[in-house]
Amino acid sequence: MNDVAPVHSIGGYVPMVDGPEKVSGRAKYTADVIRPGVLVGRIYRSPHAHAEILDVDVSAAARLPGVKAIVTGADCDKTFGVLPIARSEHPLAREKVRYKGEPVAAVAAVDDATARQAVELIRMKVRELPAYYTAAAALAPDAVALHARRPGNIERDVLFELGNVADGFKQADLVREASYNCAEVCQNQMEMHAALAEYDAERERITVHASTQVPYYVHLMLAQILAMDMSRIRVIKPHVGGGFGCRTEALNVELITALLARKAGGSVRTVITREETFITHRGRPETDIRLKIGLCRDGRITAVECECDQRGGAHSGYGVVTILYSGSMLYAIYDLHNVKYIGRRVLTNTPPCGAFRGHGTVDVRFAFESLLDEMARELGLDPFAVRRANLLTAPTFTDNDLMVNSYGLPQCLDWVEATSGWRARTGKLARGKGLGMACSHYISGASKPVNWTGEPHATVKLKLDFDGSIVLLTGAAEIGQGSSTVLVQTVAEVLGLDISRIRVVSGDSDVVPKDNGSYSSRVTFMVGNAAIEAAQNLKALLIAAAARKLDAEPGDVECLGEVYRAGAQDKGLSFQEVVTAALAEAGTITVTGNYSTSPESHGGKKYRGAAIGGTMGYSYSAQVVEVSVDEETGVVSIDKVWVAHDCGKALNRLTVEGQVQGSVWMGMGQAMSEEAAYHDGLLVTANMLDYRVPTIFDSPPIEVGIVESNDPHGPFGAKEAGEGSLAAFLPALTNAIADAIGVRFNDLPVTPDRVFAALEKRRRARGNGGSAEAERDS
Amino acid sequence: MAGILEFTLNGRRRVDAVPDNLLLLDYLREVVGLTGTKTGCDGGECGACTVLVDDRPRLSCLTLAASVAGRRVDTVEGLGRDGRLSAVQRGFHEKLGAQCGYCTPGFIMASAGLLRRNPRPSEEEIKGALGSNICRCTGYVKIIEAVKYAAELAAQGVAP
Repeated sequence: MNDVAPVHSIGGYVPMVDGPEKVSGRAKYTADVIRPGVLVGRIYRSPHAHAEILDVDVSAAARLPGVKAIVTGADCDKTFGVLPIARSEHPLAREKVRYKGEPVAAVAAVDDATARQAVELIRMKVRELPAYYTAAAALAPDAVALHARRPGNIERDVLFELGNVADGFKQADLVREASYNCAEVCQNQMEMHAALAEYDAERERITVHASTQVPYYVHLMLAQILAMDMSRIRVIKPHVGGGFGCRTEALNVELITALLARKAGGSVRTVITREETFITHRGRPETDIRLKIGLCRDGRITAVECECDQRGGAHSGYGVVTILYSGSMLYAIYDLHNVKYIGRRVLTNTPPCGAFRGHGTVDVRFAFESLLDEMARELGLDPFAVRRANLLTAPTFTDNDLMVNSYGLPQCLDWVEATSGWRARTGKLARGKGLGMACSHYISGASKPVNWTGEPHATVKLKLDFDGSIVLLTGAAEIGQGSSTVLVQTVAEVLGLDISRIRVVSGDSDVVPKDNGSYSSRVTFMVGNAAIEAAQNLKALLIAAAARKLDAEPGDVECLGEVYRAGAQDKGLSFQEVVTAALAEAGTITVTGNYSTSPESHGGKKYRGAAIGGTMGYSYSAQVVEVSVDEETGVVSIDKVWVAHDCGKALNRLTVEGQVQGSVWMGMGQAMSEEAAYHDGLLVTANMLDYRVPTIFDSPPIEVGIVESNDPHGPFGAKEAGEGSLAAFLPALTNAIADAIGVRFNDLPVTPDRVFAALEKRRRARGNGGSAEAERDS
Repeated sequence: MAGILEFTLNGRRRVDAVPDNLLLLDYLREVVGLTGTKTGCDGGECGACTVLVDDRPRLSCLTLAASVAGRRVDTVEGLGRDGRLSAVQRGFHEKLGAQCGYCTPGFIMASAGLLRRNPRPSEEEIKGALGSNICRCTGYVKIIEAVKYAAELAAQGVAP
């Protein structure tokens, strides 16, 4: 027995606990839940971008044999939305339509062909209104308001000045200002949206399967839209084929499907198309940024002024939060004072945007790191040296009251500088090749949830029964990021057991404790801490039972995972014996672990909305990107990416690497090829050929360095790993292109035609006698 | 119109009456109930529905069910032996070639097809075989590692 030791489950490379289901085809996603006799749901969508609805005629569709239910805006006068302050959206439009593709009516029929045919029979009469497809157009003084409650079409404006920006710029040796434009991008997760709603007319209950990151928010919105008591609703989240923020709020698909099921008195399954999934995208808004930075010769930043306009689409969604993040997250990465931010979230006649991975931080970070790089070069400073001149010292509070407890950015910079061979190679690469670097950061969950109830932020339950297996009950939504795996590892680590003793049950509101969901990178930090507390509570019960059985004091009992003993000479009790002893006292054991953020992490009150940005722990990332630019064609290839990510502590190195690589790569898509393009308000890139997702051919090796700053409040020191590395790729790329060919791109994506046009412009200028050096600086 | 479809699915003979216009993808998912094969786009864009027809990767969303008469069709559910994961499945599981898992069956079938015709593929050959499959989670780095590892496992005798 002396060789028995607790098993360690964290810190290694652990394949996902639900991996075998995924690779064998057994994993069921919402569209895979196929019930006999289920009706097929289809949605009729507005062909108009902005119009007053005069009539929706469903009479011909209703007469079609096989049609079992039709719902329109007349069936539901309630609104939904993730933010209690901005619930402006009807599941089916009433009075007005505000974007092309907005749901107007829906049909449930016996099969797909009938449902499609019925949708084509629906007629809508409207009075067209002027439509606005850009933020600037919607902001014009004579523009018609999309929503009566928002005259001027501003969903939210933000203004703060902390410190004195005018004084700050006076202290600078160099002040520069530049404008940036980032195209709208879509999550385009691989699983198209789907919902299955089963209405039990006899009991007036409903069960909804939804492809969501936030089953709890879906539950709340179903209750609101159906005007049903929450206790009559059950939400099931099967496997989910990616989210990236697209599914961090209840979507119209699941609400419409539930309305159809209740009206049909049965079960309805709606699987929307890829085109419809794009229209339901909730992506990152098109963003225009004007940025001004003051810099001293020693590299210190003296002042920042940032103006940011976001084309939010037709409804608020997360918009208010997005525009606040874009301002607040200027902080908490560098030691900044004298910062002014002017943000406008604008309502436009395009599909609503939402909380795309890196929520609110990405486009502003692109602008910031680009301008900083450009100014560093102008002052003859090394880009690494400029970052190092502005580092924070943790623990600290920023000027906007964000609490920074752990700060691994210096180590991230060291790692990418050394591993990429920056010092030896920068400025010495062959023609057309370049190196660029940049940094970024992200929160580990918003300290104040959007739906504030006063409850703990996270709750985990553990059930231990006669068989000696531990069932981990969690509402945390596994969406491919590995949340189930990391929670199993966490509980196993505390108890010293192999992870095979622990099984996860998640994603069923009848069984698992409520969880706010998988967004803002909150799960590892918050649910992980709750899991630690639950496991500690279970361990205390087991130690007490072992002490009784061994006739020892609990303080003298040692837990070795599979063996509990009192003293090194004791042969001890097996885990199963301890379980039996514990159950003899009180029967099946259930323990709870909770986690709440501390009040000092809730951000400040220096301006309206200053709580946004507050978190218990910030992750940090530094990247170096190496590019080759083909000056004949304008094609940019990424040769290699080096990325260091401070995740506090890597609980699972395999999934941390996977998350960091996935973030960097998603940033690459936004930087190089992805763009949601509209023609008269119609999304014309609503497929995977025109919306250019990088293929395996376009994708570089991404070498990951894990930096562990051991956050004092994180579970075993951990912070987030799934978002913070996305943003740095964008400026690292454009900085690398500037290094390679001397041309700086401030508009994204940097497509080959844009590069080609810029190179052509330079060739023509040279032909007219301009010198190469002058253009490099232009 | 409908006809009688007779073919081999995952090593077993099957006979079904199928409408002439039924896609192989919908046949597999809705008629047979093999939902491992996924629908990821509106037709031919993403590769999630890849299956093997006589060992060659095929997009089941662009294939009529009737057209596989007399042929061998393999889906992700048909891989592995004695209930154990195949080399390619183990590669994707152990090397994290699968995150959300939705594109995974398509990648696994395209990779299995590659290893059946080329047991020791180079990195460029792996990219060539997977170039029409889209993954949104991994950045493909660990997918390439997964296929390399699967080739090693297959060389050691694990069923590919």
